[in-house]
Amino acid sequence: MADTTMQSHAWLIPVFPLVSMAAIMLFTHRRRALSAGLSIAAVSLSFLYAWAMAFAVWGNPEAQRFSLEWLDLGASMHLPMGILVDGLTAMMLIVVTTVALMVHIYSLGYMHGDTRYSRYYAYLSLFTMAMLTLVLADNFVLMFVAWELVGLASYLLIGFWFEKQSASDAGKKAFITTRLGDLGFIIGMLMLYAGCGSLTFEGVFGAVKSGALGGAMLTTAAIFLFGGAIGKSAQFPLHVWLPDAMEGPTPVSALIHAATMVVAGVYLVARSLTIFISAETAGMFVAWIGIITSLMAASIGLVQNDIKRVLAYSTVSQLGYMIMALGLQGFTAGTFHLMTHAFFKSLLFLGAGSVIHAVHTNDIREMGGLHSKMKTTSVTFLIAALAIAGIFPLSGFWSKDEIVAATLGHPAFTVLSLIVAFMTAFYMFRLYFLTFTGTPRDQHKFDHAHESPKVMTYPLIFLAFLSVVSGWIGLPWLHHGFSAVVFHEEPHHAEFHYGLAAISLLVGLSGMALAYLMYYRRRINPDRLAASLPGIYNTLLNKYYVDDAYTLLFIQPYYAVCRGWFWFDQHIIDGVVNAAGRFGILWGKSQRWFDETFVDGAVNGVGWLTRGFGGTVRYLQTGSLQNYAFVVFAALVILWILQ
Amino acid sequence: MMEIGLSHYLTLAAVVFCVGVYGMLTRRNAIGVLMSVELMFNAVNVTLVAFARYVTPATVTGQVVAIFTIAVAAAEATVALAIVLLIYQHHRGINVDQVNFMKW
Repeated sequence: MADTTMQSHAWLIPVFPLVSMAAIMLFTHRRRALSAGLSIAAVSLSFLYAWAMAFAVWGNPEAQRFSLEWLDLGASMHLPMGILVDGLTAMMLIVVTTVALMVHIYSLGYMHGDTRYSRYYAYLSLFTMAMLTLVLADNFVLMFVAWELVGLASYLLIGFWFEKQSASDAGKKAFITTRLGDLGFIIGMLMLYAGCGSLTFEGVFGAVKSGALGGAMLTTAAIFLFGGAIGKSAQFPLHVWLPDAMEGPTPVSALIHAATMVVAGVYLVARSLTIFISAETAGMFVAWIGIITSLMAASIGLVQNDIKRVLAYSTVSQLGYMIMALGLQGFTAGTFHLMTHAFFKSLLFLGAGSVIHAVHTNDIREMGGLHSKMKTTSVTFLIAALAIAGIFPLSGFWSKDEIVAATLGHPAFTVLSLIVAFMTAFYMFRLYFLTFTGTPRDQHKFDHAHESPKVMTYPLIFLAFLSVVSGWIGLPWLHHGFSAVVFHEEPHHAEFHYGLAAISLLVGLSGMALAYLMYYRRRINPDRLAASLPGIYNTLLNKYYVDDAYTLLFIQPYYAVCRGWFWFDQHIIDGVVNAAGRFGILWGKSQRWFDETFVDGAVNGVGWLTRGFGGTVRYLQTGSLQNYAFVVFAALVILWILQ
Repeated sequence: MMEIGLSHYLTLAAVVFCVGVYGMLTRRNAIGVLMSVELMFNAVNVTLVAFARYVTPATVTGQVVAIFTIAVAAAEATVALAIVLLIYQHHRGINVDQVNFMKW
């Protein structure tokens, strides 16, 4: 029995950022430096713990579960809460804490001087806590809770600069769009619960393995469950929120919308691999959604001019890539790419943030020639671009190759994934050449550009290092190296395929070469190419009109219905209320008339009577004392006579 | 010569009292009214002393009451004269016909 102290205390990992969030919110929000320090200290602790535990898990890859009773309603419902520590969790913890730490440090520079600095760090802590909880959960319920919390943090951070209308709209769009997917998640969860009476991973997967849960029920549940992943991981048709989410601060895009939260969907599928192995139809559905998303997003990325949007579409495309691999049962490939992608994509975003920080624009048409001004950013960005393009021996090469290998046996997927690889290499190098090479297209902005402070470049360097080496744990001669740890219970490893590797490398290089010809040597004029294919160009530029279709199909009808109800409310409901009001006024008026005429009449009549009588008898009071005295004596005399 | 008895005193008092009443009811001058009132007081005093002398000669109760009456009349006279003075200052005259502002 190996020592599992590290694993059993893994719940501490999300507790650190939770504490820092609470501390910032409650006590230190007025002291900016202290807030940032607290947040970074907390995530550093999580980072150290996660790495230390990863080594412990590596030595003892047996999955460890630690759970507590949470909700026990007798026979009807039983929900324990707990953590599950295995290779997959450890890998996710490393990815999340590493990227989170880098982003925390980088934000010191990027967010410097922002008015809501402390709040920003509180939100980052909240997100980190939620994401770590998500990957540690040992059941669907806790996972769902964390899933919603990361959605909340994402919403808060996308709309962080809420003074900007577009940012607050983007936050709402992200929140509402992902909520659609979450509905699927809930339905899937309920179906699983109905099928096997448990929501712990252990219970559900056990039931699936034993055959207690299967058939159409399992397939449907799996597809609904995957709905959550479609929302969170921005898959077609719910991918529309992610590009808009770029309104948030760039470090946030790097952390949430590139490396961690958006891979939650991938993680969900990877975690539920038992389900997707059994439900093959659902697996194929997943794979098709993945490749469609991937192709679509990559092709949109070819023509976008906003540096962050290109990266956002790249993220969507790469997520689709991972999802496709998972759907084709390439679980190792998908999770492997998840990890390498987290490093190089967060690096790309942080590099883009560094560029934006320098030139204060997102538009690559106003950049150019920045290599001479910001060497560190340029070089690290180039490394990341090479990694994502799948160039040997960087991390992307190994993971992408595993994905392509996973498509073997499905020729359609193989071809499409190679096309995606080609487009990926092309748009990344288009971005690189337009941003960092050539002549400056906006001299004024170029003159003011400068390299970012060290607090921003050091995270870039560290991530660049990881982008190079993180793929090496998948080296073919380390047999089952990655999968043995990540999927200890079900090792699943696509053989490294030298032929495919060569082809995919070639495809990547040719994508780069085309970008080189078009945007560096200018042998092919991209504008003329766009002009010669107006239909395709405009379709891509308008993102396949998906947003417009949603506006037309859902948003405008919704508004129309709303207007209808508004009319109903204004005229019918308000009409009833107003009629009641008018009746009240009328009734009141009649009552007033009665009151004024009869009640007041009686009162006034009494007063009038008294007054009239008084007016008559007042003449008796002459005011002359002699008259009074005369009356007294006269009365005396009369009384005397009468006596 | 006829002996002077109780009835003589009472007759005198009645005559003086009637003169007082008449004066009080008819005088226009406030001082005159006051003087008439003094006549009525003194008529009463005469009856009191006369009754004391002829009906209860053993005691002096009547005389004592008469002295009280004189004291009270003096006090009353001061108050009344003060009022008359104020009326004079107010109306530039002491004609009681004018003093009808107590009406209503």
